[in-house]
Amino acid sequence: MSIEQMEAPELLSLNKFNVDEEEPHIVLDKEICKKCIEKPCLYVCPAVLYQLDKKGDITFDYAGCLECGTCRVMCKNHGIVKWEYPRGTFGVSLRHG
Amino acid sequence: MPESSLGGENMSEEEKFDAIIIGAGPAGAACAYTLAKEDKEVLIIERADTPGSKNVTGGRLYTYALEMLDAGLYAQAALERKVTHEQIMMLSRDRAICIDYHDPSFNTEGAAPISYTILRANFDPWLVEKAEEMGAMVACGIKVNELIEKEGKVIGIKAGEDEMYAHVVVAADGVNSFMAQKAGLINDIEANSVGVGVKEVIELPAEIIEKRFNLKKGEGAARMILGCTEGIHGGGFLYTNKDSLSLGAVFMPEEAAEKRKSIHEVFQNLKMHPSIYQLIEGGETVEYSAHLVTESGYRGIPRKIYKEGFLMVGDAAGFVMNTGYSIRGIDLAIVSGIAAARAIIKAQDNAEVGPQYMQELHNNKVIPAMKAADGYFDILGTPWIYDKVPNLANDVFNSLFRVNGQVPVSIKKETTALIKENGLSVWQLMKLGLKGVRSL
Repeated sequence: MSIEQMEAPELLSLNKFNVDEEEPHIVLDKEICKKCIEKPCLYVCPAVLYQLDKKGDITFDYAGCLECGTCRVMCKNHGIVKWEYPRGTFGVSLRHG
Repeated sequence: MPESSLGGENMSEEEKFDAIIIGAGPAGAACAYTLAKEDKEVLIIERADTPGSKNVTGGRLYTYALEMLDAGLYAQAALERKVTHEQIMMLSRDRAICIDYHDPSFNTEGAAPISYTILRANFDPWLVEKAEEMGAMVACGIKVNELIEKEGKVIGIKAGEDEMYAHVVVAADGVNSFMAQKAGLINDIEANSVGVGVKEVIELPAEIIEKRFNLKKGEGAARMILGCTEGIHGGGFLYTNKDSLSLGAVFMPEEAAEKRKSIHEVFQNLKMHPSIYQLIEGGETVEYSAHLVTESGYRGIPRKIYKEGFLMVGDAAGFVMNTGYSIRGIDLAIVSGIAAARAIIKAQDNAEVGPQYMQELHNNKVIPAMKAADGYFDILGTPWIYDKVPNLANDVFNSLFRVNGQVPVSIKKETTALIKENGLSVWQLMKLGLKGVRSL
C-alpha cells in the first residue's frame, strides 16, 4: 500500500479497539444536538465519528473513539451528556503512540 | 505491606500506601520511580491494559529529564533516534522552504544527546518497568472513578467497588484530568486553551529514512511545519523514528469549527503536499491517533495544583511549553513527577507536601521555564502567522531565486510589494518582531 489520503474509517481500521459493548463512554442527548446550530463536533473529531444523517440530525458511534476529548471540550450546548474514559482495559490500544 | 491487587478486598484506612499515582505516563512513572527508590510504598494505577497504549506524543523527549531521574538511565531507554537535525518548514500551496539546523555540539561523544525521538507505546512501558524494578507496584486495566475525601483532604481512591488509601494521591492522569476536577482544583477545559493533535505513524525502512533526511545510522530529524493548517491556528510536525515517521498536526479546535474545516481533512491534505509526500512516499500508515495538548503555557497552569493529600503532575497540571519551534511536555512531566516525589519524601507531615511540591517545581525549573516562555503565547495567538507569513516567506524566496532574463526589481521594493500583496504591513511585521524579541 502506498501513501494516499485516507477516509477516517480506513484510518481507524488500522488501530486496535476493545469496544465496551455494555457501557458507552460517550452519550448524546440528540434533542439538544438538534437545536445546536454550530455543531462543532462535525469538524473537530479526528475520527469523524459525528456525522449528519439525511434528516440533518447528528449520528454518532463511540466505537472508533480515539479518546482525545476534543468533542467534550467543544460541545458548548452540552449535547454530550456523558463523556468519560472507557472502563479499564476498554477503548483504543495504541501500538506506537 | 498492603495487598497489591485491587481484586475486591478493601484496605482499611490504617494500611495506607505512601502514594497512589493515577496514570502510568512519564509523570506518574517518574514519580513512582523516585518514591520507590527511597523505599516508599507506591502504587500506580493505569486504565490501559499496558502503559503507554492510551498515550500520544509528537514527538520527542529532551534527555535532561531522564538524567535527572537517574544519571545514565537514558542509555537503556526505549528511544528511537537521537535528534541531530532541527528543522523548520514553511509551506504555501505547493511550495516549501525548509531550514535545517545541524549542530554537532548537541550530540558530543560521552555526553547525553539533547533529545531523542520516541514512541509512547515503547517508551512508557519501559519507564514503568524501571519504576517496578525499584519496587513500585503497578495495576493496569483499572480505571479510578472517584477520590475519597475526608474533611476536605484526599485520603484515597475508588476504582469500581475497591477502595484504596494513601497519604498522597498523585493525579498523573493527563490533559483531561478528571481527578483534578473531582478534587475541585480545575473546571472544565476551556476550548481556546487546547489544541488537538492528530498523527499517523508511517512505516519506512531505516535506510530510506536515513537517505531522505540525510541522516547517519541512529540519527534523527525533528521538523516543525508552519503553513499546513489552512489558516487554522496550529502547525505540523514530522519526527523520524527508527523504522517509521511520525507525521502529524495540531489544530486549535475552536478555529477549525469556526472555519468549518474538518481537521481530519486538513491533515490528509498535508500528506499530499509535494514536499511532504516525497518524504513519506512508499511508506505504510500503521496507526492513526489523536490527543489534546494544552496550549496556554504558563498562564494555563491552574491557580492551585495541590490540596492536602493531593498533587497534580505533568499534563494534568498543564505543564506543556510551546514556543512554536520547540514543544516540551514529556520532559516537564518527568521533572514534575520527580518534584512531587521529592516533596512527599521531604515533607514532615501531610500538610507540608503541597507547599514543598511548589518549592521543588521551582528548584527543578519547571515553573520558572514556563514563566520565561509565557510571551510566546501572544505571538502564537497572532492569526496571520499561520497562513500569510509562510505564504509571504515563500513569495520572497520565489522572487530571490526566479531568474528570467528580465531586469530584477530591487529586493526591498519587491518585498514591500509582496508584504502588501499578502494583506500585511511592514508595521505589523515589525510589531510581531518586537513582540518576538521581547518574549525571548
